[in-house]
Amino acid sequence: MVNKEIVVVGAGPAGLAAAIEAAKAGGEVLVADLNILPGGQLFKQIHKFFGSSAHRSGTRGIEIGRQLLAEAEKYGVEIWLNSAVIGLYDDRVVSIEKGLNSGEKELINIKAEKIILATGASENVVRFKGWTLPGVMGAGAAQTMINVNRVKPGNKVVMLGSGNVGLIVSYQLMQAGCDVVALVEAAPNIGGYGVHASKIRRAGVPVYTRHTIIEAKGTDRVKEVIIAELDDSWQPIAGTEKVLEADVVTLAAGLKPISDLARLHDLEMVYNGVFGGWVPKHDENMESTQSGIYVAGDTTGVEEANTALEEGRLAGIAAAESLGYIAEKDAKERKDDTWKRLDGLRMGPFGEKRMYAKNEILACFPARS
Amino acid sequence: MALEQNGYITREELASFNQIISEERFKKGPVAIIECIQQIPCNPCESACVRKAIRIGEPITSLPVLNEDRCTGCGVCIARCPGLAIFVIDKTFSDAEATVAFPYEYTPLPQKDETVDAVDRTGRVVCKGKVMKVLNPESFDRTPVVTLAIPTEYADEVRSMKRRRDR
Repeated sequence: MVNKEIVVVGAGPAGLAAAIEAAKAGGEVLVADLNILPGGQLFKQIHKFFGSSAHRSGTRGIEIGRQLLAEAEKYGVEIWLNSAVIGLYDDRVVSIEKGLNSGEKELINIKAEKIILATGASENVVRFKGWTLPGVMGAGAAQTMINVNRVKPGNKVVMLGSGNVGLIVSYQLMQAGCDVVALVEAAPNIGGYGVHASKIRRAGVPVYTRHTIIEAKGTDRVKEVIIAELDDSWQPIAGTEKVLEADVVTLAAGLKPISDLARLHDLEMVYNGVFGGWVPKHDENMESTQSGIYVAGDTTGVEEANTALEEGRLAGIAAAESLGYIAEKDAKERKDDTWKRLDGLRMGPFGEKRMYAKNEILACFPARS
Repeated sequence: MALEQNGYITREELASFNQIISEERFKKGPVAIIECIQQIPCNPCESACVRKAIRIGEPITSLPVLNEDRCTGCGVCIARCPGLAIFVIDKTFSDAEATVAFPYEYTPLPQKDETVDAVDRTGRVVCKGKVMKVLNPESFDRTPVVTLAIPTEYADEVRSMKRRRDR
């Protein structure tokens, strides 16, 4: 058994921010991530982020990822890649299948004083006739193909879903040289930010609100996509079908928090529709119902990279504080500042429902004995 | 709102958010047009402007307000807006022509003096435009800014150019 002060699960924005804060304060931090590269989804985000100019806004996600990795290195954060956390046991024992340079895996059990879960979220799927044909994929998968692996998934894309993921990935598919032949949205309104929608509209992408995909057709891959208009009860209206020539269908139908490890360790969970599903209960320190286990980022509710970063900071500061690396007064100031920035990110017509949702989660936290 | 249903802003919406520049101001030369009408947490435009012509303040979700007398139409804000929602229009360019500067993050980039298809907010080609400038300095962080000369009558409509293909 190996001893570590803090083990962070997930090297995305929340996990890296937590690791940096804790290591900066003097903590010994190990980050484990099952991917072959750190950064979570940041290295796919080639667009400039919104947010406060005091906080790297206007900076591309990929650049924020580089800055975080440089900081993590500067403060001596240890990162294990290709390393899946496969178990959490009593007394904060973390089982990691560590990826070795040889390509082999080695099972290592670590006794951690603090654990921070930042496992992110996964894409939802939409089923329709032909949805298993090659060429139908998650919008996130298409984004990985074009922005990380530099491979076009095809040439003519139908995007289903108009949240920010659907809008941004549509734009990036065009930047990669694909055509987006339709953006299809079942709701009457576009879900994501108007400025993202405007970018793809002026690039000529037709937007079909109150529409859905009926069928993807093709023998060995997608060749045609049939869409139809929806009535007020979300049922397809006969006779409104349109046939679109396309070889790719990308699904951007929201994400749900990844909570397997939280469930495995009996963290108390609560369902929250705004946040995409079941999330671990936590307090204002991002500490779960199991003392010494913290949660941060999309695993606590699907939001954005900016909010994940701030929640990661909170968890990192709180974990370092409880290990005695930060004095209570100093920690309180830094946590208050972080909460203030989080409140700013959860304002306005797009953000306030997440503010209410987060407050509900904080309010249902059981009293600590 | 038309923006939420269709994905593009109408002139009526811009007017209702007080984001229409006065014709008197247009007569004085280039000026920034900020087409940002949803309260989203974002403020890089505010610090982009050294003349403090753009104000957001607190909270960060407030809409940007342009002080049209302070704005010189320098265009530094264009590439700083993550939403690609700022343009610079000069209706004094010539007797019959105006210029429209817009962010353009596609390859291949157009070349100076080329003639391209100018498009409106819906992607519809409304007229031809002559490329006057393509700026892409390091400070723009890979958001090139293209300036087109177009017939003045289309200055309130043209917001981009038709995307071209590599091959």
